[in-house]
Amino acid sequence: MLRRLLLMVPTLFGVTVLVFALMRMLPGDVVNQIAGENATLTEERRAEIRRELGLDRPWYEQYGRWVAGIVRGDLGESLQSRVPVTEELANRLPVTLELSLLGILFSLVIALPIGIMAAVRQDSLLDYLARSTAITFISIPSFWLATMVIVYPSMWWGWAPPLQYADLWEDPVKNLNMMLIPALILGFSLSGTVMRLTRAQMLEVLRQDYIRTAHAKGLHARAVLVRHALKNALIPVVTLIGLQLPVLVGGTVILETIFSIPGMGSYFVFSIRTLDYPVVQSVNLLIAAVVVFANLLVDLTYSYLDPRVRYS
Amino acid sequence: MESIQHHDVAAPLGGRLDQPAWRTWLRGLARFVRRKPLGAFGGFVVAVMLLTAVLADVIAPYGYNDQVLADRMQPPSAAHPFGTDHVGRDLLSRVIYGTRVSVVIGFSAIFLSMAVATALGTVSGYYGGKLDTILQRLVDVWLAFPALILLLTAVSILSPRGSPMERGLAIVISLALILGISSSRVIRGAVIGIKHNQYVEAARTLGASDLRIVFRYIIPNIFAVIIVLATVQLGVAILAEASISFLGYGIPDPFPAWGQMLNSQGIGYMRAAWWLAFWPGLAIALVVFAFNMLGDALRDVLDPRLRGGR
Repeated sequence: MLRRLLLMVPTLFGVTVLVFALMRMLPGDVVNQIAGENATLTEERRAEIRRELGLDRPWYEQYGRWVAGIVRGDLGESLQSRVPVTEELANRLPVTLELSLLGILFSLVIALPIGIMAAVRQDSLLDYLARSTAITFISIPSFWLATMVIVYPSMWWGWAPPLQYADLWEDPVKNLNMMLIPALILGFSLSGTVMRLTRAQMLEVLRQDYIRTAHAKGLHARAVLVRHALKNALIPVVTLIGLQLPVLVGGTVILETIFSIPGMGSYFVFSIRTLDYPVVQSVNLLIAAVVVFANLLVDLTYSYLDPRVRYS
Repeated sequence: MESIQHHDVAAPLGGRLDQPAWRTWLRGLARFVRRKPLGAFGGFVVAVMLLTAVLADVIAPYGYNDQVLADRMQPPSAAHPFGTDHVGRDLLSRVIYGTRVSVVIGFSAIFLSMAVATALGTVSGYYGGKLDTILQRLVDVWLAFPALILLLTAVSILSPRGSPMERGLAIVISLALILGISSSRVIRGAVIGIKHNQYVEAARTLGASDLRIVFRYIIPNIFAVIIVLATVQLGVAILAEASISFLGYGIPDPFPAWGQMLNSQGIGYMRAAWWLAFWPGLAIALVVFAFNMLGDALRDVLDPRLRGGR
């Protein structure tokens, strides 16, 4: 446990270096990029921005200041709104978290029953259908599904998904009403992979000796399935949620943008569009850190669920 | 005498060397179609896609930017099977030409990414030890970044306001690095599985250099893995290109890229014309589906060890 935590330190260090290096790859510098968009920016203002961003200093000092800022929880401020990035992110992270959790929930609700049924009736028509459905879900781009959901119902029935965001704590009904459809779409795109893994794991577990033993001692088929097979088959599915995080983040970026949900994803796209590099840098850093922590969490859950896997 | 020996060797594989090569090949293909009908369907769609990209000038009824304002927003008809867009361009022709964008970006990105993955995976897996540990920690760092975030950041940095050509290059390079580094894990695993084989030991005993061992004995033996990986990753690459194109970071209009045709700026038009929101999305879904199906089938046929892997 402690060893695993310690191993994260070099990874997180690497993450900061990569993000920092990425931002330095800009042709010219940040200020020139922004100035190209905005001709009204005076030379004094440019110098001022450079000074504020510390761009007039050598790179190692810039990196040092940036990392020191991160440690203090200071990520600089947005070039556009002049609001501290941490403040903005703190408002938006819970929104993205809500969307992600709902998405995962829906994906499990869709995928688990289908995956289990497909394994139990292996090579039947049902199995065949389930497998094709899984790949179809993986292949349909979420932005296409979202576009169709926005366009078609309003065209045919005059119904449009609500695009007015409300805070979860202020108006939970309105909030959930709005989150429902993006979360469902997210759930669909995640469910394909979950379905495939659930099926594969169930198939493997169903061939184990202890399943035969359970059958042999006269247990009811459903009891064997639920209490003996399912419990063991679901363990790797937990890890998959960790592996799916990048897909999940990609999905939230796209869906938040389409449904104008004020989360991290839409903030990120907006900042890219407005060349707001301190924000882009911070979002990259934050997301990578979240992924690293989530992977640790998944590993630990895994070893807890499956005592055969223990980390030193 | 020699032909009998050949016979004995070839017989278990089901091919006969006294037959012309194309017949053996055709027989293999027929078996693939029988055993993996969905995979074969995927392969068929991929073949059609490649042909469409190459022959776009011949197949497409109109140019991709032929604007006939009098014919704007026409529903599908005999003259315009997929309908027309808000400036009167034939949507079928745009979807057909859009195949080119996906094929060129997808295939060049995957070609490069497989080179990156093979180089990195082979070096890391073959040499092992400290070098492997260091390289794998770096790959860990890389894997912490979700592909779409990294891709958007990289493309906006490499080409903030680029020409179509520059944009395309930025997407290809970014995709190649992103997918290549993350796929290198699979290659590394395959290399580690192979390097302890006796024929590798034998080659080393005979004094073969590392370079010779890698190129003569290791890479040919992981080729199946590379092919399967490339097929699956092609679907990923095409979907990724479409996604950033949708967000406005792909090849800009008037060049027809499928993702960009669905861009939300056109949502007002789509509300009035269902076909605008339909065909480009269907094209993306179909092609990604085809690569996934083909990749799955190839994995089962070529390399059963990979089953259930990433």
